[in-house]
Amino acid sequence: MNAPVLIDTIGLGQLIKLLQKKGYQVMGPTVRDEAIVYDTLDSINDLPQGWTDEQEAGHYRIKKRDDNAYFGYVVGPHSWKKYLHPPRRRLWRAEQKDGEVDIIPESAESTRFAFLGVRSCELHAITIQDEVFIKGPHVDNDYRLRRENALIIAVNCTQSAPTCFCVSMNTGPKAESGYDLVLTEILENNIHHFLVQAGSEKGLELLGELDPRPAKESDISKAEKGIEQAAQQMSRSMKTDGIKELLFENLEHPRWDEVAERCLSCANCTMVCPTCFCSTVEDVTDITGDHAERWQRWDSCFTMDFSYLHGGSVRSSTKSRYRQWMTHKLASWIDQFGSSGCVGCGRCVTWCPVGIDITEEVRAIENAGSKTSTPSQGGKE
Amino acid sequence: MAERSKPKVAVWKFASCDGCQLSLLDCEDELLAVAEEIQIANFPEASREVIEGPYDVSLVEGSVTTPHDRERIQMVRKSSKVLITIGACATAGGIQALRNFKDVKDFINTVYANPEFIDTLDQSTPIADHVKVDFELRGCPINKMQLVEVINAFLNSRKPNTPPHSTCIDCKLEGNVCVMVAQGTPCLGPVTHTGCGALCPTYNRGCYGCFGPKETPNTNSLSSWLKQSGANDDQMMRAFRGFNAWSEPFRKESESHD
Repeated sequence: MNAPVLIDTIGLGQLIKLLQKKGYQVMGPTVRDEAIVYDTLDSINDLPQGWTDEQEAGHYRIKKRDDNAYFGYVVGPHSWKKYLHPPRRRLWRAEQKDGEVDIIPESAESTRFAFLGVRSCELHAITIQDEVFIKGPHVDNDYRLRRENALIIAVNCTQSAPTCFCVSMNTGPKAESGYDLVLTEILENNIHHFLVQAGSEKGLELLGELDPRPAKESDISKAEKGIEQAAQQMSRSMKTDGIKELLFENLEHPRWDEVAERCLSCANCTMVCPTCFCSTVEDVTDITGDHAERWQRWDSCFTMDFSYLHGGSVRSSTKSRYRQWMTHKLASWIDQFGSSGCVGCGRCVTWCPVGIDITEEVRAIENAGSKTSTPSQGGKE
Repeated sequence: MAERSKPKVAVWKFASCDGCQLSLLDCEDELLAVAEEIQIANFPEASREVIEGPYDVSLVEGSVTTPHDRERIQMVRKSSKVLITIGACATAGGIQALRNFKDVKDFINTVYANPEFIDTLDQSTPIADHVKVDFELRGCPINKMQLVEVINAFLNSRKPNTPPHSTCIDCKLEGNVCVMVAQGTPCLGPVTHTGCGALCPTYNRGCYGCFGPKETPNTNSLSSWLKQSGANDDQMMRAFRGFNAWSEPFRKESESHD
């Protein structure tokens, strides 16, 4: 919607200050507990400058870079869903007095977040959660409000991790839409600046206050080259053509038994997944019983409680739970929400404590060929 | 609300360190509210006053390790409408269940000058091996807030919120970075019942499994991974032979490395 411009590192610092001045709580990447996590940023100094991440299945380490890049890492253990769809949230309270029960709704959340450093895969993940929480017949108003108030500053990836597979999911590495501003970090020799482009009126307005310089053709091509490099580096890929049919035709494939032998059903994959949206509710009371609250918290299809119906869990075997997660994520999600539930960020691969790789699981089923067999005997699994 | 009668609550100690029952006294802010709503009928750690049974609720701490306790737990069960076991000793046999892997007579002969005075059982066993248990609260020690939650749920006739899933879920709800993936620290979190609020990983340590096995624990896969990452059989045996060593999933796993 506008010509790309340049800001330098001072400009990046000013951007954070400007957002704070406008009343945003600026959230972004920072180093904590030996990882690059998302947290509140007070200033540019909180960014993980000079750090990168090393990732493999079940493995993550941060390492010092040999340059001063601010965004020279990929994605970490956190995703933006922790702000838009918080892990725990009170839904309502109730007070009992003189035999009367008063229901007290929760006041709408009004925090205005500015997310700095949102990657292309994460933009897609946010769009997917929008589909779940806003676009369907049952709107989650809390999510909607947080989402509408949020400002998004995307960052194009100029490198990828071995766990990334956004190219095959068609979700990156270049941010195409869904942002207010998008930055591409350009760092070579003594040059350190960011190519910036607005993606919304709000973004354009912000840019105007930053006093950017016009970008030259060579800056644009350097930025493009960086993004191209991220795509080139990507070694993992996911088969997407006909994946729905592949998985649905192989519900009894022996590979599910094999993965169940490794799967811990610990739920880490679903917790770190930026699109997994399931939650449960817990009712709490105080000791007197005069005050009650209903809380929502993240849940996972890997727990027994998740599929608990009268008499027991529908999916008591780990095999059935892994299969439920993967077939929903990659196949039935398409019918339900119009796209895959996977954005290729690789978090489930990295943060699986025993390194189970969703792309490898799909490939194993694909390579072994279709093995349709009779459906399992319901309750036995 | 209508005045409800105060349930009579008894606290019993079997073979244990008292840490779990002390959690009740450690409730501080909540203790007064709890004391308002229940009648403490038998709680030697707190009061010498003993009110005779039957009791509405018995909280049982400790495991059964002597012939005397084996009889006593039957009496406790008979005099209790609801029996809740608290802590790893009562639910899994506790650290003292390490005797179960050896010959207890060897220990007695080594430790005591007059072994003939010692009358003990070969094994330390959980309460549920002896009598019907209505609810088990895990942990070494239990989480005091979970204890309040269980009493609270009982008082208000609702289900306690003490989910049986992995400790990992609580780590992730807290926003913790996985110590195993990001630092290579061995952690039992993926096979351990939640309840502590992911205490150790929150302080950058691996989980010791104090709350025992979670629902459907895959200990074999976790130890295979840890061994690939450099742990040896002795380390794996010890990892699973802690406070919940005698719980079946942990026992089988430790035995496979013995």
